[in-house]
Amino acid sequence: MDKAHLTVKNLVMYYKTLKGEVKAVDDVSFSLLRGETVAVIGESGCGKSSLAKSIIRLLPRNVSTYKGAILFNDLNLMELDEKSFTRDIRWVKITYIPQAALNSLNPVIKIGDQMIEPLILRKKLDKREALEKAAKTLKTVGISENFIHRYPFEMSGGMKQRVIIAMSLLTEPELMILDEPTSSLDVLTQASIMNLLKNIRRSLKLSMIFITHDVSLSSELADKVAVMYAGQIVEFNDANAFYHDPKHPYSQKLMESVPTLRRDKKLDFIPGAPPSLLNPPRGCRFAERCPYVFEKCDKDPPLIYLSEGFYVKCWLYARE
Amino acid sequence: MLALREGIAVNTPLLNVEDLRKYFEIRRGLFGRREYIRAVDGVSLTLESGEAISIVGESGCGKTTLGKTILRLYEPTSGRIVFNGRDITHLSWGELKWYRRETGLVQQDPFGALPSFMTVKKILEEPLIIHGFKDRKQREERIYKALEQVKLTPVEDFIGKYPHMLSGGQQQRLVIARSIILEPKLIIADEPVSMLDASVRIEILKLLQKLQEDYKLGIIYITHDLSTTRYFSEKIYIMYAGHIVETAETKGILANPMHPYTKALLNVIPDPDPSNRFTIKKVPAGEPPNLLNPPVGCRFNPRCENMIKGLCDVKEPPLMKLTENHYVKCWLYARA
Repeated sequence: MDKAHLTVKNLVMYYKTLKGEVKAVDDVSFSLLRGETVAVIGESGCGKSSLAKSIIRLLPRNVSTYKGAILFNDLNLMELDEKSFTRDIRWVKITYIPQAALNSLNPVIKIGDQMIEPLILRKKLDKREALEKAAKTLKTVGISENFIHRYPFEMSGGMKQRVIIAMSLLTEPELMILDEPTSSLDVLTQASIMNLLKNIRRSLKLSMIFITHDVSLSSELADKVAVMYAGQIVEFNDANAFYHDPKHPYSQKLMESVPTLRRDKKLDFIPGAPPSLLNPPRGCRFAERCPYVFEKCDKDPPLIYLSEGFYVKCWLYARE
Repeated sequence: MLALREGIAVNTPLLNVEDLRKYFEIRRGLFGRREYIRAVDGVSLTLESGEAISIVGESGCGKTTLGKTILRLYEPTSGRIVFNGRDITHLSWGELKWYRRETGLVQQDPFGALPSFMTVKKILEEPLIIHGFKDRKQREERIYKALEQVKLTPVEDFIGKYPHMLSGGQQQRLVIARSIILEPKLIIADEPVSMLDASVRIEILKLLQKLQEDYKLGIIYITHDLSTTRYFSEKIYIMYAGHIVETAETKGILANPMHPYTKALLNVIPDPDPSNRFTIKKVPAGEPPNLLNPPVGCRFNPRCENMIKGLCDVKEPPLMKLTENHYVKCWLYARA
């Protein structure tokens, strides 16, 4: 069996607020092989972005609990001190594109000068070499090399997002974490960014964590799918299995709410709202909205393994 | 006289828009030349009462301006808007009061559309006061009814709340309640669900659909999302750079798109399918044009792979009839 590139085991990240402790990431496990993409899907507030930030250790200041294991190339990132994590991992081997990153480009600094910072700080290149590399990388994302001398306002949203992707490729990362990389872009621009991501992950053998609320869009990249609900992964499945036959009742309901363009189906929605992460219900967190709820659901369901590495967190699949 | 008027209203469509244009004037510098952003440039459409149509296009294509001009939140540059047999194109603000009562707007960002300092009750009461409902009891009845219609129940739980105490879906339902409280005949819903989660989206769209059926509301649904239009509208207008480039019944346009732009849009929208990850999609090069200085001829011609040189980049195509309800603005379908 191939060795996992990234394995997340029992990851927990809580943070304290005035109202209490927010259980943003609550015992999350998954793994992916080199060159694979896992799509993390779920509704807003389910902890998708917190999961990404926990992996790259960009924690909120009021973090109260942060534990578990993150094995990256067999190295447990949780054991690294901050200095070596910054030097070797964050924005070097693992890059992270936060939501709406394209709006965070500095409007008064030339694209090239903004891009080379990690090269100078982390890779210790001099400015000329760094700019050369930046220009080359821009070309791989489909932007003309002389754009290193331009300013962000001269570019459209799609081009800015390409610049951001180029920035995240500069340090030759192995893993890219993308948080809603196309959420503010138009349909056609979104499609061309998806094309770009498909191309670079193949040519550079990149692993990706692709976070999105859009189930249809997730299928553009996903080899594996992790469905998050209220801070937990309730289903972790192979893409081929998931899109045809989701297992967890929440996944099934979520899929029913996705309008399809090419065939007719009955659309349905999930009544009610997700629970607050301040005080999630005991037992299964989806129980109060679940059509199949029964006595056992009062207790926290275990991970029931479907096949090697894939699981569903639901009592319905537990064997007696 | 009254009967005669009603007679007219029965036979004419609820809304008829003819060759509507809205240009925004801008001036560069103090003595600069006047230039115009041609946001809506010759749009015609009709809407029957109880019918839902969608206007689909990317950001900057003029779809929001079209909606706001129809509601007369903007003064049209030229063209005609006829509502229920009455020409409202150039009525003054004061003369429009009755029209405000007949129409409603649901915008994209519900929180931004709601005054944060007013309770649910006050938000819903304001339009009633403006439109002369003097009896407090009558106002209260209306408020209860509207909240029940949008399923913000039990009403007592919601009526004293402020917008920030509601979830995104509940806020949008409150916006809808406000837009229907005067019992209008036309609602324009401008990206009503694009800020909401997948499952809440369907809930809100189903609510709008129910109102449309129960009260014979006409709904103009403005969106960039073709996949929801399939379920929630009978007719689609595809808009590109200020023009309607194709229109047909929903089923017809989705099964048989004609305009190269429509084809491109339909081609790139994914359905959940694991085989998507192995395919690179064909996307037209370039970006939508600047409406200050749109391309000559067909506005899609610089991005179109079927462009006919000497025709598409010279002369604007007319909206051509293909079948009974299917129209396309493209030279490829011109009969010699």
